[in-house]
Amino acid sequence: MAETGPTTLGDLAFEVRSKNAGPFWVTMELFMRDSDGYGIAADESFLNERTVAELYGVDESEIQMFRIPSLNVVKISFPRPVSQASLRDRDIHSGQHHVPLAMLPVPPADGTRER
Amino acid sequence: MRNEPDGCVRVLAPTGMLGAGFPESTIEHGLELGADVISVDGGSTDSGPYYLGSSQPKTTRAAVARDLRVLLKAAARAGIPLIVGSCGTSGTDHGVDWVAGIVAEILSDEGLRLRVARIYSEQDADTLKERLASGHIHPLPPLGDLQPETIENCTHIVGMMGHEPIVAALEAGAQVVLAGRATDTAVAAAYPLMKGMPSGPTWHAAKIVECGGQCTSNPRAGGVLATIDADGFTIEPLDPAVSCTPILVAAHMLYETANPFQMREPDGTLDVREATYTALDDRTVRVEGSRFHVADQHTIKLEGARITGYETLSFSAVRDPHILANIEDWADLLRVMLTQRVEQTLGLSEDKYAFDVRLYGYNAVLKDLDPGQEAPREVGVMLLVNAPDQETATAVAKIANPLMLHLPTPDMDYLPSLAFATSPAEVERGPAYEFVLNHVVDSITPTDMFRIEIEETSHHG
Repeated sequence: MAETGPTTLGDLAFEVRSKNAGPFWVTMELFMRDSDGYGIAADESFLNERTVAELYGVDESEIQMFRIPSLNVVKISFPRPVSQASLRDRDIHSGQHHVPLAMLPVPPADGTRER
Repeated sequence: MRNEPDGCVRVLAPTGMLGAGFPESTIEHGLELGADVISVDGGSTDSGPYYLGSSQPKTTRAAVARDLRVLLKAAARAGIPLIVGSCGTSGTDHGVDWVAGIVAEILSDEGLRLRVARIYSEQDADTLKERLASGHIHPLPPLGDLQPETIENCTHIVGMMGHEPIVAALEAGAQVVLAGRATDTAVAAAYPLMKGMPSGPTWHAAKIVECGGQCTSNPRAGGVLATIDADGFTIEPLDPAVSCTPILVAAHMLYETANPFQMREPDGTLDVREATYTALDDRTVRVEGSRFHVADQHTIKLEGARITGYETLSFSAVRDPHILANIEDWADLLRVMLTQRVEQTLGLSEDKYAFDVRLYGYNAVLKDLDPGQEAPREVGVMLLVNAPDQETATAVAKIANPLMLHLPTPDMDYLPSLAFATSPAEVERGPAYEFVLNHVVDSITPTDMFRIEIEETSHHG
């Protein structure tokens, strides 16, 4: 694959995954490759409840985030926006919903990031 | 029992799901390691509300029978109990009886005599409405207060048992326990708790083993053995060529949990914030520091599903580059034309039925959330219709058929022919369901919502 675009969270991770956590919640994890990658994913000025709310079209106040340095993991949980297996549910196990998170470009390393 | 002299209990977890399979040699190895109990989960809500709503198992009978035959023979030979939770995927009474029927057939075939307990977890709507009226049913986020009509509309409601009904069945002499809906962890926690092992390590170990080999370096190689003692637990894979590492075991607390540090069970909350994970060797992990806080009120979580309507599915596909370049316009036109034709022919306004047009290969999975920009090479067009009855759903899908065959984009001056995948194109899906309960009942006792029946199975040799 040609890697011409900006560096994404997925580029810095072993694995990014998502799954149902019971019928009413979705949860996703960023397993970062090292503490540098973890430092980026866990940076609250970059990845926070507001950015996740924008990425997934969900209510910021319902998002739970867990930053786990011992595992280099950031975990994100929020109520399932679409009822499981309903007419509008296109991902019964929520197994492909990590992709917007994985494709999120990380801030440039020189610190000149703008938002 | 061999666990009592050395003060530990060894739980053999053969697989994350009964019917998913495991190498028979891994069970042999687990017995050699001194397994005191075999615990296996038979269900999940993960694949959707259909299995509860219709009371049908997700797994095929032959696959469940294959796994059960290996496990029943092993349990009988070693003289240890076999515990199966959430029988028949959803844990309905029919699911328990379905698994019990398979067990009876195997015991008869193999000439085995084992005492089998069935624990039923299906709940009576009228009793639940009384509990609701007296203020003993509470919502869990994100759902709100429960209405009595919601209980009435469910085709099936189950309560998720903790370890207590399973312990009651074991204490009554059951050698095989077939539980209705149970927490994934209760299935593995019941026997060690009965033998006096501490709650923190027991529930934590139960959470780690509930998905079988998911916490190992090769989840496809079979399950794990957890050894629980007074101070913690150790965990090792059943396949000698596979490893558990501290990272893999710790990371398993993340799997399918909204909160990776605290998990509510019927009688309290597992708290792993202080847990430590240490490698004993290159394939065995020791866990200590797990805590369990007993709740002031014992609660039973309810699951219920109702019918939302009846569905019919149709599937066509587009390869024409011109339509692909304008696929959003084409899909918009399909939606408009279909709505108009349904009004013209069936006289149905938009609020009387619903449909979803999914463009597989373009943005079907993530829709507006999709960050991708790539042009599709081909697109599968799925139409899913939901209506109050099957006949109407299929009528709408049939009205869509000529559109899914010949609809052009607005700027085309000829009729294309698109690629249906099957003939007839329409597939009737029957009733569609949704989960409507995410509520807990204050338990009167930990066992009173569950019914235990024990029988000696006789073999007809």
